[in-house]
Amino acid sequence: QKVSVEVLEHLEHLALVDFRDAEGVQRLQKAIQFADQLHEVNTDGVEPMDSVLEDRWCLYLREDDVTEGNCTKELLENAREKVEEYFVAPPGNIPLPKLEERETFLQGS
Amino acid sequence: AALSRGLRSQVSAALKEGRVAPTELCQRCLALIKSTKFLNAYITVAEETALKQAEESEERYKRGQPLGILDGIPIAIKDNFNTAGIETTCASNMLKGYISPYNATVVQKLLDQGAVLLGKTNLDEFAMGSGSTDGVFGPVRNPWSYSKQYKEKSVPKSHPEDEESNWVITGGSSGGSAAAVASFTCFAALGSDTGGSTRNPAAHCGVVGLKPTYGLISRHGLIPLVNSMDVPGILTRCVDDAAVLLGSLAGHDPKDSTTIQDDFKPFELLNLTDVSKLSIGIPKEYHAPGLSSEILALWSKAADLFKNAGAKVVEVSLPHTPYSIVCYHVLCTAEVASNMARFDGLEYGHRSDMKDSTESLYAATRREGFNDVVRGRILSGNYFLLKQNYEKYFVKAQKVRRLIANDFVKVFRSGVDILLTPTTLRDAAPYTEFIQEDNRTRSAQDDILTQAANMAGLPAISVPTALSERGLPVGLQFIGRSFQEKQLLTVAKWFEKQVQFPVIQLEEVKRHDSDVFQHQKSASFS
Repeated sequence: QKVSVEVLEHLEHLALVDFRDAEGVQRLQKAIQFADQLHEVNTDGVEPMDSVLEDRWCLYLREDDVTEGNCTKELLENAREKVEEYFVAPPGNIPLPKLEERETFLQGS
Repeated sequence: AALSRGLRSQVSAALKEGRVAPTELCQRCLALIKSTKFLNAYITVAEETALKQAEESEERYKRGQPLGILDGIPIAIKDNFNTAGIETTCASNMLKGYISPYNATVVQKLLDQGAVLLGKTNLDEFAMGSGSTDGVFGPVRNPWSYSKQYKEKSVPKSHPEDEESNWVITGGSSGGSAAAVASFTCFAALGSDTGGSTRNPAAHCGVVGLKPTYGLISRHGLIPLVNSMDVPGILTRCVDDAAVLLGSLAGHDPKDSTTIQDDFKPFELLNLTDVSKLSIGIPKEYHAPGLSSEILALWSKAADLFKNAGAKVVEVSLPHTPYSIVCYHVLCTAEVASNMARFDGLEYGHRSDMKDSTESLYAATRREGFNDVVRGRILSGNYFLLKQNYEKYFVKAQKVRRLIANDFVKVFRSGVDILLTPTTLRDAAPYTEFIQEDNRTRSAQDDILTQAANMAGLPAISVPTALSERGLPVGLQFIGRSFQEKQLLTVAKWFEKQVQFPVIQLEEVKRHDSDVFQHQKSASFS
């Protein structure tokens, strides 16, 4: 069962990472095939496990007290583009070009 | 000579008594790092800061006020831990040039105890891999490739070129850390362990690799791969040292809410003399397809060792073991898909020149920053998390995870104290052979014996056992009950004493292959 081009394109869009070439797509196909082995296991009545520490219930809430911070300068240091205390991003709300418009290897498949 | 001895008994004592100075120790390690550069174990060597830390340690020793056993001890850190002021790359183009603004909790703890941070070690990109071959700075070479033991058994006595291409991998993903410890450039190193990334290279490099119980050591500052399985790993030359490191790192961290709140009491390991009350379980499913006959024999011999010493040795079953690697594959890629989403080029790391839109910036940045392995896992993970696949794959894997964890619970409840298994299927492969298969295939093969312990969150340790026919290290693994590191390490220490694993005899490398390592610095975007 091959993954459809629509799903491949959808994945590229969700992940914002591209398959790049046929090998990339093959890799996904093999990964799915590998994962399909899971269906051999009978999991009737089994609850999914989120964390091995579920019995200990570590995830707690702490008091809403400010204990650290004021490190704007340090945090901005690693950003390549910034203006005053802002990270700069290109305009948002512009979707990635559609498949037909994009230069992507998937067009060929 | 001091370099090959245990921390507590030898080096710390030497420092305390003034027989060796911290600065001297530091300089010797730095010199050794330089002369073993061909191993490519280190990505960054923090020479200046290390020497400064050594000087400060020396002052403390002069005043008779050392901070503890680790004061002045040179340590290396895997390059996926944040280290303030020092580049942290995760061996990826995505983080080249990223200078951490903070120390990971484990790093801070080491520094607070006076440890000397020599540098950051090499790994597979973002800790994804089992060979330490897939990072942008190139592969790590196993120091044993240059040992007398390996050369006598495996290298044809002909041309130097043959010798050059015969080198073996360290295993991974914490290969740099394992190589650093094995080649004596440091006394201990931090790795990380998500599917076996500390134990696997430990076994291949002939060092001790400890994976603590999930929740015991803080992950704050460890760049995450799989939040529900990652743990910081400890690599040392002997079990006692691992206990020392564990003692200084374990404990609740308010900055990591997945650390348990119970008090942790550091312990010193006693010398076990009577093993008659011990019950060792041998899980039959760990006789996995592909296990070399050599390792099978060693495993058997080890079981006999315990039996002859009076311990109860029983065969047990962990029936879901064969599905552990598949389960891991789904859960890992799913969590990776989520964790890697933070890399968008805006706040830190690589940023593409693309300016058309936010989304195209993200897409271009990620295409340029991640290698095929990382991108592959992100895409797979996203596939398994699609609405139409969520129940079928992700939730299903979570259910299988519970079954795997329950297997262990049942076995430990039946009276077994410790499980004994092999760590790897075979000894270290030559690099040229290893790269014949892709990363995912290799990881699936190599993690098979180590992965389940991460699934269940259990502590596990690989102890160097013997040399293979090719003259390379083989390690065996002990898996213990949750938070019972003391028992686990006590048994491991007893075993270590019985097997008397040989010291590596590193030959001097006469040629300086500086051009071979040019690629270290100029790795191009893939």
